[in-house]
Amino acid sequence: MYKILHKEVLSDVNKLMVVDAPEVARKAQAGQFIILRIDEHGERIPLTVADYDREAGTITIIFQEVGKTTMQLGTLEPGDDLATFVGPLGHPSEIEDYGTVVCVGGGVGIAPIYPIARSLHEAGNNVISIIGARNQSLLFWEDKMRAVSDDLIVCTDDGSYGRKALVTEPLKELLEGERDIDRVWAIGPAIMMKFVSLTTQPYQVPTIVSLNTIMIDGTGMCGGCRVLLEDGAQFVCVDGPEFDGHKVDWDNLLARQQFYREEERIAVEHWEEHCRLNAALEEGA
Amino acid sequence: MATLTQRERLRIPRQEMPSQDPQVRIGNFNEVALGFTLELAQKEAERCLQCAIPHCIEGCPVGVLIPQFIRALREGDMHGAVEAMKVNNSLPAICGRVCPQEVQCEQSCVLAKKGQPVAIGRLERFVGDYELARRTCPLERNPATGKRVAIVGAGPAGLTCVVDVAHEGHEVVIFESLHTPGGVLVYGIPEFRLPKQTVVQSEIDYAVECLGIQIRTDHVIGRIATLNELLEEFDAVFLGTGAGLPSFLRIPGINYNGVMSANEFLTRVNLMKGYLFPEYDTPVKVGKKVAVIGAGNVAMDAARSSLRLQTLQAQKSGGEPGEVHIVYRRSRAEVPARAEEVHHAEEEGVIFDFLTNPVEILGDEKGNVVGMRCIRMELGEPDASGRRRPIPIEGSEFEMEVDTVIMALGTSPNPLVFVDAAGLERSKHGTVVADRQTGRTTMARVWAGGDVVTGAATVVSAMGAGKRAAADINAYLRGEINPWAE
Ligand SMILES: Cc1cc2nc3c(=O)[nH]c(=O)nc-3n(C[C@H](O)[C@H](O)[C@H](O)COP(=O)(O)OP(=O)(O)OC[C@H]3O[C@@H](n4cnc5c(N)ncnc54)[C@H](O)[C@@H]3O)c2cc1C
Ligand SMILES: Cc1cc2nc3c(=O)[nH]c(=O)nc-3n(C[C@H](O)[C@H](O)[C@H](O)COP(=O)(O)OP(=O)(O)OC[C@H]3O[C@@H](n4cnc5c(N)ncnc54)[C@H](O)[C@@H]3O)c2cc1C
Ligand code: SF4
Ligand code: SF4
Ligand code: FES
Repeated sequence: MYKILHKEVLSDVNKLMVVDAPEVARKAQAGQFIILRIDEHGERIPLTVADYDREAGTITIIFQEVGKTTMQLGTLEPGDDLATFVGPLGHPSEIEDYGTVVCVGGGVGIAPIYPIARSLHEAGNNVISIIGARNQSLLFWEDKMRAVSDDLIVCTDDGSYGRKALVTEPLKELLEGERDIDRVWAIGPAIMMKFVSLTTQPYQVPTIVSLNTIMIDGTGMCGGCRVLLEDGAQFVCVDGPEFDGHKVDWDNLLARQQFYREEERIAVEHWEEHCRLNAALEEGA
Repeated sequence: MATLTQRERLRIPRQEMPSQDPQVRIGNFNEVALGFTLELAQKEAERCLQCAIPHCIEGCPVGVLIPQFIRALREGDMHGAVEAMKVNNSLPAICGRVCPQEVQCEQSCVLAKKGQPVAIGRLERFVGDYELARRTCPLERNPATGKRVAIVGAGPAGLTCVVDVAHEGHEVVIFESLHTPGGVLVYGIPEFRLPKQTVVQSEIDYAVECLGIQIRTDHVIGRIATLNELLEEFDAVFLGTGAGLPSFLRIPGINYNGVMSANEFLTRVNLMKGYLFPEYDTPVKVGKKVAVIGAGNVAMDAARSSLRLQTLQAQKSGGEPGEVHIVYRRSRAEVPARAEEVHHAEEEGVIFDFLTNPVEILGDEKGNVVGMRCIRMELGEPDASGRRRPIPIEGSEFEMEVDTVIMALGTSPNPLVFVDAAGLERSKHGTVVADRQTGRTTMARVWAGGDVVTGAATVVSAMGAGKRAAADINAYLRGEINPWAE
């Protein structure tokens, strides 16, 4: 069992948790992920290591409530236990001094891009960060991002905060501008990573994306996480999660994310039913 | 019972094991074969001739004392039967259910020549279940030695090794990457062949309880700790990490929605209990027309699980169940699955398409599987495996309508554990090079056994390897041998 030590509500749908997992914390690095399962009936879901503290023996995760498991996770409180918390999985990000890098974080992707931006900054890069979300209420960690970036651009789709733009717009301006961009890192919804990759492609700037396929074991055993690259299929959990965005077959990735859509809907319904029942029982008591 | 003459024994027919009716069982995941009653077991036991030179034992990879346990069973001495069994097999309730007996012990039984070997597997299961229910044979532990042993992987190899190493008095820790120990026994072989709670988990709990074994689940060796790090902390390490890496056919279309490895499918069904969705959170879905590629045990399990999911879906929605095909490039004679599984699959209505090989998977514009282009095959000369080589028949291509494709094409060792394991030699197939008698690898203080050494094989052969390695580890820790000394 892995205890939740701390919880923060970052925005309407994004929550942060600090989990007691000393052995995972001892080894975790930026770019890696964990897989958790809430209880005996739970699904295994992957979440990026948003931060780690080797001394305290903790891992920080940040998640967006999109379905049954993340919604249920959001109801847990410090003191509650998770049945499974396995990691660190996947390869760490390859941090070097590349020169000038642009770090793009979309939505909940701001969480995993943060430790990467920090490491890139520490490694001597000139870090320009772009963070974006649908609206202001979904943004978080602007201060933290600013602290590890030489420049920070904030945008929202609806203009409720910062610049009214998709993250690809300021990115394109940077690519066309004076400064040479040596590398781009993008983490966010698959559709955003697709368009970031399409944006950088004509400029041939290497673009690293962190893919979020559906996973089960996270150890190369099921093949459910496979992604089509130019040169064949690879397993995101063991060969990634970071890949060259220009080589990814995005349409296949997007289609595969939809495969269990109907079941995901049923799972949420079943969960809400369960919550209603519990609430009714409590009222009755 | 009065002692029978050999002639009378020969006249007793092989006893059938009661099983669920095929039409009923495809609507549930409960065990298919229900097991012998004491009466049936003793009747079957009467068939054994108690041969002076029992060839049956030679056919068993772990050398179960077959005539001894059968004799005790028929004399009504169940305690004696269990004791005789446990000399060489600590998991009879599992082996009795899953061993390919027809090519092992039962093939070597003298009565096999006349067509009807003693049903050794069914008797073994009976004895194993008796012990599971009553626990008459406690596992014991010698005084603590102060030595520590790490076992990587909680499959049959690791679980067998641990019992003998812990018995010796060593402190043992099992590291398992999944959240439940058992290896293929929990994530691969379905509930309807091997009950998880009452058989597998019960055996594991018992060993943990009697022997003070620690099992650390959620520990992926190679990530949370490496082999070299384990060697700093432990006196010996046994690798029983199996062969869990799935292969996909190298044909176009494998990434369409609805194409998956048997490992993914079976893991969803078994480990994650997907057949109980939405009571359990992990979904699993099959369409109306499923093609399972391959014809080993894995393929049979995938096909029969698909059939059950289809039936359950149809019962819920009131629709028609659907079809499940086994698509195999060789012929019936080469089918590698256990005979009983093939028989059960046929009874349940799985359709076999022999001498057929997929060349492309077809999808629609949404990325879903809609069909499979296949080619017919014929058998040529025997290949390296001794089986006749399938050759495509030119111009025989055809399309098959399917909406789910499950690839059950064999697996290889997962390389994660080999991170930071310099000096550990592996074959070109990725398997660990280890001595088959002792399990010693080329890396000092590291032993290995089971599928990680042989490639995908059987439960009982993995158990045998675990047991032999345990004996060697114990001898090493007693200071009797030092295989890696220069
Ligand atoms: C390596 C990796 C790292 C990840 N890191 C984070 C993270 O740090 N924070 C975070 O909030 N999410 C992260 N994700 C995504 C996260 O795993 C999913 O959001 C989660 O599994 C959804 O589970 P659910 O039961 O709540 O929703 P579901 O009911 O399973 O899904 C609801 C919706 O989310 C989509 N979805 C399902 N699984 C995924 C997935 N794996 N990735 C993207 N969309 C998905 C579905 O298509 C559906 O629209 C990561 C995914 C991967 C593979
Ligand atoms: C679907 C299916 C059906 C089968 N049916 C039969 C049958 O009817 N009869 C029969 O005899 N055989 C059958 N087999 C084969 C049999 O199950 C295997 O030969 C046997 O389980 C091998 O045992 P093992 O202990 O070597 O490995 P496994 O059972 O594979 O166990 C290995 C364990 O190691 C763990 N592991 C792997 N890597 C790591 C790591 N890096 N760190 C920590 N842990 C790790 C795995 O999670 C797993 O739990 C079947 C196999 C499958 C897949
Ligand atoms: S362990 Fe398997 S092969 Fe050996 S006697 Fe038992 S059923 Fe037969
Ligand atoms: S060979 Fe057959 S008949 Fe002879 S002892 Fe073994 S099981 Fe009995
Ligand atoms: S999640 Fe199973 S292979 Fe990647």
